[in-house]
Amino acid sequence: MMKRAWACAAALVFAPALAQQSPYADYQRMAAESAPIELFELGGEELWKKPQGPKNVSLEKCDLGQGPGVLKGAYAGLPRYFADADRVMDLETRLLYCMTTLQGRGREETTKRVFGNADQPSEMELLSMFVAGRSHGMPLRPGREHAKEKASYALGQKLYFHRAGPWDFSCASCHGEEGKRIRMSELPVLYKPQYARPLMSTWPAYRVSTSSVVTLQWRMNDCYRQMRMPEPVFASDATVALIHFMTVTAEGVPYRGPAIKR
Amino acid sequence: MAGPMKMRATLAGGHTDVRVLMTHPMATEQQTKGQPHFIQNLTVKVNGKTVVEGEISQAVSRNPVFSFRLKGGAKGDKIEVSWLDNKGDTNKTESAVA
Repeated sequence: MMKRAWACAAALVFAPALAQQSPYADYQRMAAESAPIELFELGGEELWKKPQGPKNVSLEKCDLGQGPGVLKGAYAGLPRYFADADRVMDLETRLLYCMTTLQGRGREETTKRVFGNADQPSEMELLSMFVAGRSHGMPLRPGREHAKEKASYALGQKLYFHRAGPWDFSCASCHGEEGKRIRMSELPVLYKPQYARPLMSTWPAYRVSTSSVVTLQWRMNDCYRQMRMPEPVFASDATVALIHFMTVTAEGVPYRGPAIKR
Repeated sequence: MAGPMKMRATLAGGHTDVRVLMTHPMATEQQTKGQPHFIQNLTVKVNGKTVVEGEISQAVSRNPVFSFRLKGGAKGDKIEVSWLDNKGDTNKTESAVA
């Protein structure tokens, strides 16, 4: 009996076609129908307009790449190079920049709680949902012309395949071969456009199993935790470069988020 | 403290579809070791007249989404959805049928 069960499991693992016919897509569609995504967008909008910090101003003048205060399509144009900061930034890094410059808040205070939970999503998560929602349906066009954008892409690509840590893992250890999955979750090969596109067009998202909002910076952080590596610094060049690399790989796909995750 | 609610009410071929989102922890007896916190009553009103009275249990997920299909309706009808939880907290939202 045990033997047969094992054979069944093995058959599933080695039959990627089966995974594609799985009811997982149905489950995702049904979960999306009842996802409270808009509630988080509302929460983010409130924070966007709320005067905060020593300067007591809102983020409404924050330049996300399309000009101060322009929200429409801003997320779809990230990550990109910002001359004022002289570096490539993703959404969360840029929000952090606006919080520290426009609002005059300290980095320590603003990054104290970047990843929230079901009871209380973080400021960064709510703002990400709100800003990203204003790019729904627009193709992803991350920056890739500036020298620093090229350098960031190259760094991200290198990090994706760079094996390190006690388990000698890289991103590609899990996301490097087609047809792999963990339980019902398919593991996308994120350096290939056909896999990066459906994935990168859904972040940030509402995670059904934890009832909480998840962002790309969280995803990078948590993948490094799963690889048993030291915790990456929030909004660092390394995490931005990885997000940049994967977004450029997915370039051109219409943004479908904020979406849902398992 | 009650978080935001969001509702959409649309007219479609002789009926009105109402979809409403509400912020609530919906914490069960088991999760909270005897201090559950969940929505108990749900009321839908059309132009002030109650059309749905629902009793909700702990088994409903956090931040629930509800849809109702109401017979008839006209553009501009006022739909009001309110909830009352087991701790006496309440919240409501109102919108016109589009």
